[in-house]
Amino acid sequence: MLTISSVSKTFFAGTVNERRALRGVDLHLAEGDFVTVIGSNGAGKSTVLNIVSGDLFPDEGTVTIDGRDVTKLQDHQRAAFVGRVFQDPMAGTAPHLTIEENMAIADRRGRPRRLATGVTRSKRSRFADELATLELGLENRLKAKVGLLSGGQRQALSLLMATFSDPKILLLDEHTAALDPQRADLVTRLTRQVVEDKGLTTLMVTHNMEQALRVGNRLIMMHEGQIILDLTEEEKRGRTVKDLLGEFEKIKGATIDDKTLLQ
Amino acid sequence: MTTAIELGLIYAIMALGVYLTFRILDFPDLTVDGSFTTGAAVAAISITNGINPIMAILMAFVAGLIAGVITGLLNTKGRINGLLAGILTQIGLYSINLRIMGKANVPLLGEDTAITPLREAGVLGGPVGIAAFTLLAVVLALVLVWFLHTDTGLAMQATGDNEKMIRSFGVNTDNQKILGLALSNGLVGMCGAVIAQYQGFADIGMGIGLILAGLASVIIGQAIFGQRTILIAALAVVVGSVLYRVVIQLSLEVGLNPNDMKLVSAILVILALVVPQLPFFKRRRRTRVRKGEPDAVLETPGAPALATGAPGTGSFTGAATTTTEQGDR
Repeated sequence: MLTISSVSKTFFAGTVNERRALRGVDLHLAEGDFVTVIGSNGAGKSTVLNIVSGDLFPDEGTVTIDGRDVTKLQDHQRAAFVGRVFQDPMAGTAPHLTIEENMAIADRRGRPRRLATGVTRSKRSRFADELATLELGLENRLKAKVGLLSGGQRQALSLLMATFSDPKILLLDEHTAALDPQRADLVTRLTRQVVEDKGLTTLMVTHNMEQALRVGNRLIMMHEGQIILDLTEEEKRGRTVKDLLGEFEKIKGATIDDKTLLQ
Repeated sequence: MTTAIELGLIYAIMALGVYLTFRILDFPDLTVDGSFTTGAAVAAISITNGINPIMAILMAFVAGLIAGVITGLLNTKGRINGLLAGILTQIGLYSINLRIMGKANVPLLGEDTAITPLREAGVLGGPVGIAAFTLLAVVLALVLVWFLHTDTGLAMQATGDNEKMIRSFGVNTDNQKILGLALSNGLVGMCGAVIAQYQGFADIGMGIGLILAGLASVIIGQAIFGQRTILIAALAVVVGSVLYRVVIQLSLEVGLNPNDMKLVSAILVILALVVPQLPFFKRRRRTRVRKGEPDAVLETPGAPALATGAPGTGSFTGAATTTTEQGDR
């Protein structure tokens, strides 16, 4: 469903600040794969996500979604296939618009927007049904401005808006990181539920190793712009955060050894 | 005074355009000073060349539209700061307006204009005249409100509200800004055409400082009536425009010189922006929802308003809720 092949990206190329964010990354997600991505700061996790979404363009390599080469498409053009939830709970919704207006905007993803009324009676009842699945009571507040909701509520709404029009790929960029533990759990639970119900092909970046092990059917670990570990569902079952850290140290140590050998 | 009200109702067309860019798109568009005169010039020249006055108004709309597109292209494709893009178009239009008119002033004396029937019926400056212009302003406001509730209109609202979000749902925000600026300046050009016919001439200087009148109308109207919904906000703009003209008329009646009016306009806008920030008015807000600011209110549906508002402000829900966001949008 999603194929990233030999993608490289360098920031500030040719300056003293040059940073190679991705070094020939290859990644293939089959339909329905739910992949969690972990790695330290600067490992390239977010860069991968931004390259899939079209926020960034790779220096080399291609991105293919559902057999279509989207490498040169801009973010808003790719939005027809890609649903996103951002880390910032404020980023995924329009605060001065009402809940139902936000839903109506999400509902038109990937379809032309013309002069039909945005929120009709039939859409409103469909939106209410969708909102009811969040179990936050938002279905009773369709005309409330989204800016009045709490961070957790907004992030849950963002998740719903990103998923209910069935994107081919769902991108989650540390979407629970800015929430308190209780709200984070809620959003994580909703995420698992919606990905399972809709069988969405999902790429989720997280800082939380425990969450990365618990959620999804595959785990990849990145370091210095490369994928250094790729665990299948069977392989990650039974592993603990400690195991992951151990693996990380082992691989990191190895790369350092290689470097010292080469010098 | 009735003349001031009539003028306010006509200028409301321009103020609705300013509302579209300033509030909806969050874009302070200074093209207005130029595109207003462009509309007036196009209409005046068309009418003196025997074109139907209603047709002339439509042509002025299109001329304003083009001016808006230019500012939009400068801002989005040329990556020029929005304020500067507007100023560039405005300055450029000054020369174009002179070219269109061929001279600094085009009189419409003796020509048949869209206002002529009203004038000949002797209803200008009376209740019928006011009713006619109210109808015009309210119909245009309702068309704008309708548009903003369509799929395209919602995308435009979101473009001014959260650009990152609306792009992630597949909207080209550049196109939305260009469209919004075009429609806005179309309205402004249209207003110029009606004003030229109302006062009987087009003049190269008639648009100077007009953006202030537009901003004053938007800010005054919405400071009083709020912007809880688009409908309220748009109608508030119409009322704001009338109030603005009435205040100008009153300042003339107390003996100020017409040349002082620009200063009066500037002071009005400053007051309308600053006064709502004073502590007395601040206490009357239930919530203050800001872009990007962590929200504070309504964690649960059952606990309304207590999170930020002082006790006892609960009665000020309706219009007061959103009247005070002008610094933010």
